[in-house]
Amino acid sequence: MTETSSQNANVVAEQLRSWNAKAVEEIIEFRGETTIVVPRELLRATAERCREQKALQYNLLTDATCVDRYPHEPRFELNYHLVSIPRREKVRLKVRLSGSDPVVDSLVPVWPGANWLEREIFDLFGIRFNGHPDLRRILLPDDWEGHPLRRDYPVQGYRDVPNTGELFKKGATP
Amino acid sequence: MTTVETATGAAKTMVLNMGPQHPSTHGVLRILLELDGEIVVKAVPDLGYLHTGIEKSCEDKTYSQAITLTDRMDYLNPLGNNLVYCLAVEKLLGLEVPKRAQYIRVMMVELQRISSHLVWLGTHAIDLGAMSVFLYCFREREEILKIFEMFAGQRMMTSYIRIGGLALDVPTGWRAAVERFLKMMPSRVDEYETLLTKNRIWMGRTQGIGYISAEDAIALSMTGPTLRAAGVAYDNRKYFPYSSYEEFDFVVPTRTESDCFARYMVRVAEMRESLKIIRQALDKITNEGPVMAEAPGVIPPQREKMKTEMEALIYHFKIFTEGFSPAPGEAFVTIESPRGELGCFIASDGSPKPLRAHFRGPSYINLQALPKLIEGQLISDVIACIGTIDIVLGEVDR
Repeated sequence: MTETSSQNANVVAEQLRSWNAKAVEEIIEFRGETTIVVPRELLRATAERCREQKALQYNLLTDATCVDRYPHEPRFELNYHLVSIPRREKVRLKVRLSGSDPVVDSLVPVWPGANWLEREIFDLFGIRFNGHPDLRRILLPDDWEGHPLRRDYPVQGYRDVPNTGELFKKGATP
Repeated sequence: MTTVETATGAAKTMVLNMGPQHPSTHGVLRILLELDGEIVVKAVPDLGYLHTGIEKSCEDKTYSQAITLTDRMDYLNPLGNNLVYCLAVEKLLGLEVPKRAQYIRVMMVELQRISSHLVWLGTHAIDLGAMSVFLYCFREREEILKIFEMFAGQRMMTSYIRIGGLALDVPTGWRAAVERFLKMMPSRVDEYETLLTKNRIWMGRTQGIGYISAEDAIALSMTGPTLRAAGVAYDNRKYFPYSSYEEFDFVVPTRTESDCFARYMVRVAEMRESLKIIRQALDKITNEGPVMAEAPGVIPPQREKMKTEMEALIYHFKIFTEGFSPAPGEAFVTIESPRGELGCFIASDGSPKPLRAHFRGPSYINLQALPKLIEGQLISDVIACIGTIDIVLGEVDR
């Protein structure tokens, strides 16, 4: 199993490198999973390549998610999990983003299914996607402050007691 | 939660709010429908009413504590959620689970698949006006829940699948109980088919409704019975086998019509296939054998050892106070849940708590295609289309 995945890593890396030498920053192999680290500027083009190239055919974007490595920089890691249904292979594309400028090109033009996945990341991590057709919060209310899945956002939230009115606020006298 | 602007043209259309309290949305889903007479011009789903921050809570729990949270996402498929989470953690740890435990896992998740499809069939039928199917489906689901109670002590939030194996060994009399279910169920599936498959009202309400092409379905990341009804035989159990599924003999039912009726047929056929898998699992599960992997420091020691060995007692204490720390890295595992591809992504930074736990809920992603299914259709078909993609709002909002 590990052998076939590293073969797959070679295929993907070779295909991408022959197209653009800068497309592959790093290849990570862990527990039989292949991760290709892609520079931010080339994400959309690389994704398109992964989908269109006959030897790759990653036609299904199964998942997109973010990891916050606060306080390390670059702070955010975006992970796109691709599946090739005809080839029966998986790969993960990874993009690293700094905390000061968390902006990346949207993949909605490549896979329309990225729409809600990116909205979720925008909502919970505050990462902005260039060219997203409908970048609004999806799970939280519009007026929510902050992005709860960031590591510097406390698990309990910022409110002392949620929605019980002034009476139960910290410091209020009964 | 959000206010949505819908473009209205020359007072021809009206905006109708559906949900979040609507019995046919299977939870708390709100959809804004822009209507031109009876035709849906635009549909905008609005989610988040059940958002409970499960992914955030996971970051504050040790790896074993987080299992109980996974039960509560897709509450019709708690065992599947346990399984995907445990597989992801086991992958991070590089842990091998005993074969016997793998077969029991397969049997349990297949029972769960049937019970989930039964709830789907019952509620989908009641949405479209067939009351009695609902009662029959819940009668059989009860039998499955009784089996779960027998195994795990819980009917719904089982937490039966644990990291490294199972919480408990099989109970006495389990084989007879599962045999009884296997004997009863095929004729009951026939019964539902007698009520629905050739029923003219059912056919009228579902045939040709909610069409989506295979290309569009893949582009929108749809998986599960919805994709298989469009003719793509993508099933994780066959494509990326986990938990020894490669040793089981079953077919992946597909249809090509890609309408509500095709999805119904796929799910009914899946129930029959699941019965075949359970039968094979039953033959494979031996009466004796381990249900937990051996990994000191990660897997809690057996009670007997704890009472007699010093090291076992220390490990027990350490596992339940500070937890265990997998090597830094990331793992992404997908399984075939009743609704589609259920994924779990875990990133570890070498501490006893996950740096990030993310769940790829098939309901969430399949729901994205709802506007595509209903735009241009009649308003009465909206109900059929919501039902047919089989969403569980607990999983959508997490």
